[in-house]
Amino acid sequence: MMTRFLWTGMGRNLRLFVLLVLTVGIAVPLLNVLMPQGSPLYVPSYVLQLMGKYLCYASLALAVDLVWGFCGILSLGHAAFFGLGGYCMGMYLMRQIGTRGVYGNPVLPDFMVFLNYKELPWFWYGFDQFWFAAAMVVLVPSLLALALGWFAFRSRVTGVYLSIITQAMTFALLLAFFRNDMGFGGNNGLTDFKDILGYSVQADATRAVLCFASALALALFLVISGAVVGSRFGKALTAVRDAESRMRFLGYRVEGFKLFVFVLSAAMAGIAGALYVPQVGIINPSEFAPGNSIEAVLWVAVGGRGTLVGPVIGAFLVNFAKTWLTGALPEVWLFALGALFIVVTLLLPKGIVGLWAQIKSRNLARKAVSA
Amino acid sequence: MSHKRFLAWLLPALVTLAVAGTAMAADLATLVGNLAAGGYSERDAAITALAASGEARAAPVLEALSAGELYVRTADKVVVIARGSGKQLSLVDAVTGKEAGSASEDALDRIKVNNRLRGTIDAAMGALTLMNPDPKVRRAAAQSLFTRRDASSLEPLDKAIAGEKDAAIKRAMTEARAAIVLGTDAPAARKIEAIDTVRARGDRDALGVLLAAAASANAEVKAAAATAAESVRQRLDAWQAAQNVWYGISLGSVLLLAAIGLAITFGTMGVINMAHGEMVMLGAYTTFVVQQTLRSVAPQLNELSVIVALPIAFLVSGAVGVVIERTIIRFLYGRALDTLLATWGLSLVLQQAVRTIFGPTNREVSSPSWMSGSFLVGQIEVTYGRLWIVVFALLVFAALLLVLRRTPLGLYMRAVTQNRPMASAMGIRTPRVDALTFGLGSGIAGLAGVALSQIDNVSPNLGQGYIIDSFMVVVFGGVGNLFGTLLGATALGIVNKFLEPYAGAVLGKILVLVFIILFIQRRPRGLFAQKGRSVE
Amino acid sequence: MKLGSIIRSGLVAAGLVASATTGAFAQSGETIKVGILHSLSGTMAISETTLKDVMLMLIDQQNKKGGLLGKKLEAVVVDPASNWPLFAEKARELLQKDKVAAVFGCWTSVSRKSVLPVFEELNGILFYPVQYEGQESQRNVFYTGAAPNQQAIPAVDYLMSKDGGEVKRWVLAGTDYVYPRTTNKILEAYLLQKGVAKEDIMINYTPFGHSDWQSIVADIKKFGSAGKKTAVVSTINGDANVPFYKELGNQGIKAKDIPVVAFSVGEEELAGIDTKPLVGHLAAWNYFQSVKNPANEAFIKEWQAFTKNPKRVTNDPMEAHVIGFNMWIEAVKKAGTTDPNKVIDAIVGVKVPNLTGGMSEMLPNHHITKPVLIGEIEANGQFDVVWKTPGLVPGAAWSPILEDSKNLKADWTSALNCGNYDTVAKKCIGSGK
Repeated sequence: MMTRFLWTGMGRNLRLFVLLVLTVGIAVPLLNVLMPQGSPLYVPSYVLQLMGKYLCYASLALAVDLVWGFCGILSLGHAAFFGLGGYCMGMYLMRQIGTRGVYGNPVLPDFMVFLNYKELPWFWYGFDQFWFAAAMVVLVPSLLALALGWFAFRSRVTGVYLSIITQAMTFALLLAFFRNDMGFGGNNGLTDFKDILGYSVQADATRAVLCFASALALALFLVISGAVVGSRFGKALTAVRDAESRMRFLGYRVEGFKLFVFVLSAAMAGIAGALYVPQVGIINPSEFAPGNSIEAVLWVAVGGRGTLVGPVIGAFLVNFAKTWLTGALPEVWLFALGALFIVVTLLLPKGIVGLWAQIKSRNLARKAVSA
Repeated sequence: MSHKRFLAWLLPALVTLAVAGTAMAADLATLVGNLAAGGYSERDAAITALAASGEARAAPVLEALSAGELYVRTADKVVVIARGSGKQLSLVDAVTGKEAGSASEDALDRIKVNNRLRGTIDAAMGALTLMNPDPKVRRAAAQSLFTRRDASSLEPLDKAIAGEKDAAIKRAMTEARAAIVLGTDAPAARKIEAIDTVRARGDRDALGVLLAAAASANAEVKAAAATAAESVRQRLDAWQAAQNVWYGISLGSVLLLAAIGLAITFGTMGVINMAHGEMVMLGAYTTFVVQQTLRSVAPQLNELSVIVALPIAFLVSGAVGVVIERTIIRFLYGRALDTLLATWGLSLVLQQAVRTIFGPTNREVSSPSWMSGSFLVGQIEVTYGRLWIVVFALLVFAALLLVLRRTPLGLYMRAVTQNRPMASAMGIRTPRVDALTFGLGSGIAGLAGVALSQIDNVSPNLGQGYIIDSFMVVVFGGVGNLFGTLLGATALGIVNKFLEPYAGAVLGKILVLVFIILFIQRRPRGLFAQKGRSVE
Repeated sequence: MKLGSIIRSGLVAAGLVASATTGAFAQSGETIKVGILHSLSGTMAISETTLKDVMLMLIDQQNKKGGLLGKKLEAVVVDPASNWPLFAEKARELLQKDKVAAVFGCWTSVSRKSVLPVFEELNGILFYPVQYEGQESQRNVFYTGAAPNQQAIPAVDYLMSKDGGEVKRWVLAGTDYVYPRTTNKILEAYLLQKGVAKEDIMINYTPFGHSDWQSIVADIKKFGSAGKKTAVVSTINGDANVPFYKELGNQGIKAKDIPVVAFSVGEEELAGIDTKPLVGHLAAWNYFQSVKNPANEAFIKEWQAFTKNPKRVTNDPMEAHVIGFNMWIEAVKKAGTTDPNKVIDAIVGVKVPNLTGGMSEMLPNHHITKPVLIGEIEANGQFDVVWKTPGLVPGAAWSPILEDSKNLKADWTSALNCGNYDTVAKKCIGSGK
């Protein structure tokens, strides 16, 4: 019954898109693992890894869009949830290193040995268990979102003010995690991972599975978001976005709606971060940089806010452009990226998906005229 | 403790004795010639010998040595003082003080000094200039003797004190003598008297002298020095709070300068201008360009380059602001959050543009002499640079207030931001006012850039360091209220500076951020909320 | 008809792809690719862009000399944009897609840490040119910058000597990241060993880009007024230095009263500061532009001609790249191939001239021998060398002063082939191969 609810919540386009994501998520890893190196169909490992990274970014973009595009909350701190999820996973991966660290300490990660820790800080307990870390990946970002949202939405902090305090939050986390005394490795963060669930993170097969898992997560998020947005609840959300005061006067408890979506979105971002870390091999405080959150918002804007397909397309497009331009035009790529953001905001307020819809409707109109 | 170390101590001492002994007989030429010979230890002894000779040429030669202007001419091994800039330096014979033609730097070999030698020269110069007719020089001499505390300068000090007319300088000299006495093996009674003199001085240097004396072997002196040190310390600690307030005000003035332009563009126009920091950066780079130009065109104006840069920076950043408003922002009114995205893209472009034009490295903007150094108010150390920035921030604030309240432009601005259709209906050309308002905000950011070039890096990343703080200040103070921005900046500055000694710089900043987050929950519209219906 | 045209265009496209790939192969057959992995944008561009230019110049010069193994060298420049995950991505791209023979790059510790696993996995070669915290030795990395024993310890020794002013009280001020933390930890242990009392050492950490130094400089002044000669050992990073030095100058801290010796301030950084108030403050490096030496003078001339800027300065990490690049060239010549395994074996023991008049040698622990120079800042933005080590100092991967690492040894020659060998337990601990 649940699956039916989820399935019918989606439109046809979204269903096709989810299938596309899953197909890519299966095909790319398989072509990497199964095809011989020389084959024209072979996908090199770095492409596989890029794909995994983009899929995680796409999940983050979807999370941002869920609160911004559908509920009108512009969060400039979503990278914080992404980063916290990543840190939870990073802590698990650190504990898996065991005696293979440079100092060979079975319990303490290298940076702790180095900073004269005699025993593991309390907040590192439990992270040697995957289930615990997995739970924390969801719980830590969710709880932070719950606390921040609870206070902010109840005090009716809205619009720009909310954006600024989410930015303050991620900036404070950035500074906090930079501190070596915090016990999270300071500026170097967590790195030099070896195993995940007993499989080497450097093996192609593990990477293939992680890439597939990222695709699966994205597909799942698309389905969940589609269900949320397509339901009656979703209609109310959109109404909150467009006319919050009216909804309040009609007797809706606006805070509840907002809080639910905010926490859901934070959890999604956390999971995306957790999948991201083993694939890129490092998590460090720069993930909390306010610029990262703004960039995630821009992916959404480029793809098309208020749609579920848009953020995914935007994240892929912008990040592909970044990968390509930093290699091809290392001196001028920032001009291109900056110009893209300006042009999209000015000329494509609904993003690429909006443009497509516009062209389609114009074609329809023309057909109608010619017929 | 090996005999090796003992020898290391003994050798220079012997050399000193030997050089000092021969110096009596030797003439000035040999004394000066000795400066160029041997390693640092030998040079150290040569300096002392030259200073002790009582020759009139000693002071100018040592001064030149300290400033790195004393050279040996490679051709004939004559010691010369070389001054001037460019390829050819004009020379003065160090011994005779007569002109000696000119030479290029390649034909000269500089006599090197290090910190140790500079210290020795200072002590020597102190003793040599105690009788100088210029009171400023005498005071400086007393101060340098106080910090060097060299027993050999006791004798000239005594002479100078006897002849000194100026009471303040006399006191400084007495303090110097007291400080030196504490380091010698004078009788305990004399030392205790000296402790009282030093204690009356009561500053950090005095504390240092007293603490050193507290390590004395004599129990009586030790106790007296310890009590005196304690009382000085207590007094200094009491001043510390006042000092923190000053630091807070100074930090607050920087925040105010950075934020006040944003208070216009964001506060009154509703544009979330992420490129605001880059406007500040443009102002700083304008200062750099102005200074470079003045240096080559009119070097005599160099001291005023910062002032010359002010209007130019205002115009440059303001013009860029107007262009931005006309080409980008004007299409985005009513879509506040979209302005954030577009201006973020813009900030990337501006940063990279500056990086391409000026290069990625820091650019040097020198401080004029009237912005360097510091003075004491009680025991609060106030640096001139910071003081001028505080004054400047307040002036900018006042000027802005005047423009908004007392000029037609200000009236139009307020009208347009409060009720656009009505203002338009009254015949105000709203697009023009929009452009000018944005230009004004950006121009003020440019002014901030001139000030920041004095205390921070002039690099493409300059603006990024201030953008978040600026937003925090404006939001904390209350959007749309200039007084809120003033109060917000000052409050955040002071809170930060009081937290810093206890929590450290990083944790202090985190606490301030958490405080702002919590504060916004209590007062969702900042310190001074705009009232009325225009808010929703 | 329609089908025919599709087939035809398909064939044309296939032909194009084929010719493009063969073209690419033909090209890669003629050149040896060298990767340059330095940030050209973002916060680190300020330091790293120069190193990219140096590499381009070196490659250019080598090509004029006839290239390497009869082939031309080709630079592959990418921009990791001061973004650490992007460093790993770009390293992978260089090694897997561009198939470069060696990579010269990274500046910050975290960027190096980020790319380490990639170089290990894909068996690449990285030359890392910056002074760093040590406590590391990796088979695929060659550390051409200074280890702490080649910079920090000699600087402290100098300050304790008579010429340095017989300093008794120490402020260890740094930016809060791993390099200052490690250096200060080593220095603290060393100072305690030398009999300095614990209360005569003050340690202070500040965040990146810290710009308001009023309180901290006042604290330093306060700490310095205890009647003992005080010095500041600064591991403050890049951007924060300019406001720090400006505040020092303004609060009247003169080098002859409280000297500051810095490990991260070189000619490039001074180019952005008015150095007149700073005359006499110190820096410890393995190279200064002011060193008089024919090799150095030639290098400066070439560099200024290459950048078309007669005032362009040179600095220590640039020299490290010069040494690293020449060592790699020698090793490739010796091995007769660019195959990483052969080059890694061949490079140990290679000696090339450095720019200060000595011969630097690649050691089995993948660090090199370097002289240590102490320079005082001059009014013209250059350093005046006031002291230098009598010979070259071999870089130590593991600090013998720290408890955790005193038994560790790194040796990548076939006898041991381990980056962290425990000489007491007689085994290769951790993941060292």
